[in-house]
Amino acid sequence: MGAEFVALSLPPLLIGILAAVTCALPGNFLLLRRQALIGDAISHVVLPGIVIAFLLTGTIATLPMLLGAAGAALLAVVLIEGVRRTARIEAGAAMGVVFTSLFAAGVLLLEQSDTSGVHLDVEHALYGNLESLIWLDATGWASLVDPVALAGLPSELPRMALALLIVCLALWLMWRPLAIATFDEGFAATLGLPVRAIGLGLVMLAALAAVAAFDAVGSIIVIAMFICPPASARMMTDRLGAQVGWSVAFAILSAVLGYVAAGYGPLWLGFENSVSAAGMIATVSGLILGVTMLAGPRRHPAGLARKG
Amino acid sequence: MIWQALTLQLGYNATLVALGATLLGIAAGVTGSFLFLRKRALVSDAVSHATLPGIGLAFIVMVAMGGDGRFLPGLLLGAALSSGLGLLLIAWMMRRTRLSEDAAIGAVLSVFFGAGIVLLTVIQSMNAGRQAGLDTVLLGSTAGMLQSDALVIAAGGAVVLLLVLLLRRPMLVVGFDPDYAAVSGTNVGRIDLAMMGLVMAVTVLGITTVGLILIVALLIIPPVTARLWTDHALRMVALAGVVGGLSAYVGAAVSATAPALPTGPIIVLASFVLFALSMILAPARGGLALIRRQMRFRRRVHRRQGLLALAVGQTIHEPFTLALLRREGLARADGVPTDAGRAAAAKALLDEARWAALRADPAHGLSASRYDALTRIETVLTPDQIAELDRHLPRPRGVS
Repeated sequence: MGAEFVALSLPPLLIGILAAVTCALPGNFLLLRRQALIGDAISHVVLPGIVIAFLLTGTIATLPMLLGAAGAALLAVVLIEGVRRTARIEAGAAMGVVFTSLFAAGVLLLEQSDTSGVHLDVEHALYGNLESLIWLDATGWASLVDPVALAGLPSELPRMALALLIVCLALWLMWRPLAIATFDEGFAATLGLPVRAIGLGLVMLAALAAVAAFDAVGSIIVIAMFICPPASARMMTDRLGAQVGWSVAFAILSAVLGYVAAGYGPLWLGFENSVSAAGMIATVSGLILGVTMLAGPRRHPAGLARKG
Repeated sequence: MIWQALTLQLGYNATLVALGATLLGIAAGVTGSFLFLRKRALVSDAVSHATLPGIGLAFIVMVAMGGDGRFLPGLLLGAALSSGLGLLLIAWMMRRTRLSEDAAIGAVLSVFFGAGIVLLTVIQSMNAGRQAGLDTVLLGSTAGMLQSDALVIAAGGAVVLLLVLLLRRPMLVVGFDPDYAAVSGTNVGRIDLAMMGLVMAVTVLGITTVGLILIVALLIIPPVTARLWTDHALRMVALAGVVGGLSAYVGAAVSATAPALPTGPIIVLASFVLFALSMILAPARGGLALIRRQMRFRRRVHRRQGLLALAVGQTIHEPFTLALLRREGLARADGVPTDAGRAAAAKALLDEARWAALRADPAHGLSASRYDALTRIETVLTPDQIAELDRHLPRPRGVS
């Protein structure tokens, strides 16, 4: 637990935690609004967005990637709504049509373009490169207060922190109208709240979280964190505030346990190589969900009597 | 090259693969139709992602037993087992916990896929031979597909089609009205299970060709495309089969021409092209039809309002209305009505007066609810009723 930990494990661990919490926060509302799969759709369409941004700029700089991904997310939301209304079909099918097509287009573009010089491929998009986000300038715990060494932190860390800050701020500002619109849209509309704008705002917030987290940790964590921690929190409480609190705790727990299990678990079991941290974090969040579904105090469906 | 591929002239192996993919596409379109009618299209997303840990485990087990890790039937068995487990978990979560279906789907999808990724990295670090080949389950590839693999896929697709043929009636009833199906003695749970089993079979068969991330597209896009063209359920199912088969055929053939053209994405994009064309061209639900309907409605409103304006001697300033009336020979360029225009205007005014009388009479509540300022009263009332109505009307004025 010394210099090596600070340099190799602390940054990816922190980035994992930040990404998990950033996604879990808007996930609470998506879950309650039965839009949980929006996160799934968004994280798929991010791929064509960053590929097109790469083809246009020729670099994998952060800003164009983020803009491309956000543009793709917005396009996907508009397309899903357009297909749903024009063809008059259920939202799930419209979503399935749009995100698979966009993802396929992204894969094809990626395979057709020359990305051999940069780190951009489908596997990276799916499960990120959390383990490689190391801090080479760190020499020990003292580096945390050393401005020179801090400048060498992986850029994903401050970016993820900024995304979390924006998500927290937006939720804090929107809290009351968002909560009312989430639980009773009709009532919110009679109060004069802009329910459509609130819904769109939430989706954009989710897109922001997905896009920021996607680059650091890949889409698999994004989907898992949108759904599993909030779903676990649902098993624990009936109060919205408490649910959000629980989901943050579960998200942090998943990130820490998952990262440790992926990095050190195989070594403890006698294997030489570590396994995918992103995959392990998703798996751990699923295990937590499993435990809460079996033992959480508020796990029962609304119709069933609570026997204990 | 592409033409040769489409006409199956790239050799025996490529032909076999293209035919196998086509059969798979038909099976996927047909099976997906029932899933779509049941409004559970995205369940297939969870099914497909949930195959990954099973594939990984099957690979590890087969290598541990000293065999070839890429033995296709073994991998498919593992895929079926883990996606089956995922389906059972979704059903359990929806019944036993307060989570809704979308949350259950998302949770199973992400967690199973995450676990699968963990297993893939385990396989990468195993010393037992090259791990190459397992990556293709993500995005699919027909390059290097063995003849025996193509035969397994074709045979599986044929079996699925046969089962759908046998189960089409109960699956349709359950899809349209599960309550009615239950009341009339159908075991809804068992039919749903069978449907999910078929979806799972298609998914598992499609993994090698389309890849597990995109196989869901082959289950969703063809049914949605077919739905745009028809309101008849079995016709939709058949059409979805055609769309799916055509997309898979084109995709497999085109991707055989170049190594940098992965099969899965091409198949998906081919089906998307068919979908996009249908969105524009389909009768009733397509974009063009929508625009045509709207223009027709606009014309009717303008014509009616124009005639009513003529009837009371107002000048028409709206250029579109005036142009419309001129084209039909009802008015002159300066807005003065022709004889035909005067007659039509008088008729419109009379219609309006009759409607007013009708709506004032509570006994005609149901007929009166059809008033939209466009519908002619002759389409709502019988001649006798109109005559009765007219007896209470004030004498109609002539139009000057």
